[in-house]
Amino acid sequence: MDANLVQEAIQNVNFSAIMPSLVLSVFGMVLLLVSVFSQRGKTTPIAWLSFIALVITGIVTLSGWNNPQAGFAGSVLLDNFATFFNMICIIAAALTILMSDNYLKREGYPVGEYYALILFTTAGAMWMASGTDLMTIFLGLEVLSVSLYVLAGFFRDQTRSNEAGLKYFFLGAFSTGFLLYGVALLYGVTGTTKIHGIAEYVAANSAASSNIMFIAGGMLLLTGFLFKVAAAPFHMWTPDVYQGAPTPITAFMSAGPKAAAFAAFIRVTMVALESMQADITAVFWVLAVLTMTAGNFIALSQKDIKRMLAYSSISHAGYALVGLVAWNEIGYTGIMFYMLVYTFMNMGAFAVLVLIGKKGEDNLTVDGVKGMGYKRPVLAIALSIFLLSLMGMPPTAGFAGKFYIFAAAVKSGYIWLAVIGVLNSAVSLYYYLRVMVSMYFKDAEEDFSWAVMNTGTAISIVIAIAGVLLLGVLPGPVMEMAKLAGF
Amino acid sequence: MADSLLSLMTFFPLLGMLFVLFIPKDNDGLLKGFTLVVTLITFVISLPLAFNDVFATSGGMHYREFAEWINIGGFFQMNYNLGVDGISLWLVMLTTFIMPIAVLSTWKAVEKNTKGFMALLLLLETGMLGAFVSLDLFLFYIFWELMLIPMYFLIGIWGGKNRIYAAVKFFIYTAVGSLLMLVAIIFVYYYAVQSGADINGFGIQEFYKLDLPYNAQYWLFLAFGFSFAIKVPMFPLHTWLPDAHTEAPTAGSVILAAVLLKMGTYGYVRFAMPLFPDALQTFIPLLATLCVIGIIYGSLVAMMQEDVKKLVAYSSVAHLGFVMLGVFAMNMQGMAGGMLQMINHGVSTGALFLIVGFIYERRHTRLITEFGGLAHKMPVFATIFMIVTLSSIGLPGTNGFVGEFLALMGAFESGLRWYAVIATSGVIFAAVYMLWMYQRVMLGTVTNPANENLKDLNAREIVLMLPLLLFVFWIGVYPNTFFRKMNPALEQMLTQMGHKPAIVEVHNPVAAPAAHATEHAPAGHGHN
Repeated sequence: MDANLVQEAIQNVNFSAIMPSLVLSVFGMVLLLVSVFSQRGKTTPIAWLSFIALVITGIVTLSGWNNPQAGFAGSVLLDNFATFFNMICIIAAALTILMSDNYLKREGYPVGEYYALILFTTAGAMWMASGTDLMTIFLGLEVLSVSLYVLAGFFRDQTRSNEAGLKYFFLGAFSTGFLLYGVALLYGVTGTTKIHGIAEYVAANSAASSNIMFIAGGMLLLTGFLFKVAAAPFHMWTPDVYQGAPTPITAFMSAGPKAAAFAAFIRVTMVALESMQADITAVFWVLAVLTMTAGNFIALSQKDIKRMLAYSSISHAGYALVGLVAWNEIGYTGIMFYMLVYTFMNMGAFAVLVLIGKKGEDNLTVDGVKGMGYKRPVLAIALSIFLLSLMGMPPTAGFAGKFYIFAAAVKSGYIWLAVIGVLNSAVSLYYYLRVMVSMYFKDAEEDFSWAVMNTGTAISIVIAIAGVLLLGVLPGPVMEMAKLAGF
Repeated sequence: MADSLLSLMTFFPLLGMLFVLFIPKDNDGLLKGFTLVVTLITFVISLPLAFNDVFATSGGMHYREFAEWINIGGFFQMNYNLGVDGISLWLVMLTTFIMPIAVLSTWKAVEKNTKGFMALLLLLETGMLGAFVSLDLFLFYIFWELMLIPMYFLIGIWGGKNRIYAAVKFFIYTAVGSLLMLVAIIFVYYYAVQSGADINGFGIQEFYKLDLPYNAQYWLFLAFGFSFAIKVPMFPLHTWLPDAHTEAPTAGSVILAAVLLKMGTYGYVRFAMPLFPDALQTFIPLLATLCVIGIIYGSLVAMMQEDVKKLVAYSSVAHLGFVMLGVFAMNMQGMAGGMLQMINHGVSTGALFLIVGFIYERRHTRLITEFGGLAHKMPVFATIFMIVTLSSIGLPGTNGFVGEFLALMGAFESGLRWYAVIATSGVIFAAVYMLWMYQRVMLGTVTNPANENLKDLNAREIVLMLPLLLFVFWIGVYPNTFFRKMNPALEQMLTQMGHKPAIVEVHNPVAAPAAHATEHAPAGHGHN
């Protein structure tokens, strides 16, 4: 960077543009210190402290609604779009923390750093959502990823967890390489890494958009994002990582970081690469179909519920991609709404799983929940509501979300894509139903006495159910917010 | 109160369900009693509809309720838009009427997890009523899918031996159909928006006026028609029905037969046909063929069944064939006959499933060969069973006759003459399989010692059958009570579909069609 740019950047410092992530990072550091001085095993206060940190960050974030703040020479833009995604990440992180405390104690890893890492991940996710410079986005992505690598492999004595951490790290690092190389190529053509700068350059020099370097750069960049959102054919890491990682972290990964990745993905695609719209939609059309279909069909044969939900999360990323293919305002605000909905329904399902798992979680299979509907009726109803929402059955939020996205596709004329999408939903019915069949239509073999409800998990389940039902029956206000969050 | 009658009626069961959740699960009597009271109150709430004469004079929507529900400017708008007309009136009444009977039928039959059963029944009622009174396609879709979940659990938890297979098959069949319809619904909406038509959310009354190009209508009709055809069910999409019916608990079978199947036929009349009238013309020959195949095939398969319940289930396939054939005739006789036959089927087949339930509760088997000579042991039961059997066959003087006769007559008058001729043989088949079954189960001497000590119907069972018998004869003898409130709406619908309706004053079901035999609507009505 030359001196002028540095000068400009310093002049443009605007802390209110990064206030939410700033607050969160400070809390994260405080937590690290606190956990150093606290006794091993006494993590409950730390968990609640991190929850409070997220609540405060949530308030700070929401106070920025309708008050867009740009800063750092156009590298960061905390607009409604970013705020909306930030809120999704905060909710995801808060739900994760609520369900983690008892889980960590059960699995024998009551360590305070866990919570600090979640806060750092969330801060990284926020930079991604508010970044308007490819470098800021990259920075956010790295902060997010590095924390997640650690969290995925957090159970250092468990092979599965190690495998998850390592696999995620290797493939993640590899995909980051793609992303960075893409940034480099785009910089080479346009001379800037700013998203709006790239768009302006291409608008002024129409030849740039057919420049092979530009196209290659764009495609490499998108590949990096596709990896992060686990779209086929870059989804291979997902099942192993999701299955091996600690369950709350799996829940978190499928919601918060994925939402953040989609935030950056949308901004980069629809602003910086707008000139490539025709090519991108053509490619994404195929990828959306591939992602939905691969996720759903492989999920059909899964016995492990965590792994099944991992594949299902791939298919849900496919639905979200449909919103990008539509390439209209309904489409990308539909993704925003869907990500929020997905956070509630998927994390809710995971919260129930966290509760009913035994140490080591080998019982979290389709057969393992046999007869749960009679032994633990409330938990079973909760899980059923989440599964119905994941299926997209009205009147749950999952339906509202799918409707929003498919409406966008139909509006843009992608009728066949919408048809393939709903047929995929139909396929997904089968494997979600299987869990419900096992819970309600089979006789119990165990009494589920080990599943003891605790405050944190109870709160997370209640929040998730409230989210799923409210956004299903009265989605209007939040849909309206998503619309206002358009850039 | 009248302003929000439909809302009250629709959501009262849901409210009841919330209370059911707080009743202790061991208190069987209270759970059943409370649910019975809730369904009875719902019935009482709906009664003013049946007695309101406005339906006899005006074919439009009444008891309108309207509120903006979701309005995302520029994106989409959905409204809470309710109303009832002569077409939905009797289906609504059938629903609120059959529910208390279904609840009464569970008294002895449901013993495990009564709480869940009752809660699901009430949720189901809200779904069914909501679907019948929704005038917004999006709202309709919500209620339509809402029905699926409770029924799935009713079959899967309280069903017979093969219940899991039946429940999953039921769920997936119905859901696949409706998902395709969802895409079609969205398409219609955006077509309307982009064509600048004056619309009101997903309101169907505005959609009726759309001038959709034929090509779009073709695909849209396919999507809607497929979804409803699964629900009806029409051959060859009927395979879920025998499984679901056979495995479902009695109350579930009754509701499934009486109301849920009507969703499909109602869907055709309310949505698929008037929304896409041009495409309908293309599909009528195909659909009528499927109806006729359904009638003949359903009857033949019913004849061969060894399980009484399966026999009744297949007879449903045949009966619904008559309903649809009448509806596709697209004239007043056919439509009115089809609509009435929907009610009839609800009453008669509902009653048949209850009867099957009675003997199943006593003997825990439904195999015809296990029975014989029951009439000696259970005279009251034998009488009731006979009446219901005759009504199902369509003996003059019972409800089945009026509906079937008009439906066939309508089809005969329209371009579907030869279909009607073939379908009429189904009436004979119906007599064969029903009477043969009756003979084998009820008549002769008691050969199976297990049947020696069977008790006749008790007071509760008689009480729950009586209202059904009342309607068997009421509709059979004086169907005009029902026709006169149905006709204005049907006329309006036919006019709207571009057909000049042959106006029928159905005072006497036998005389009426004959008097108008000369006038019939041309098939393949010219549309560009």
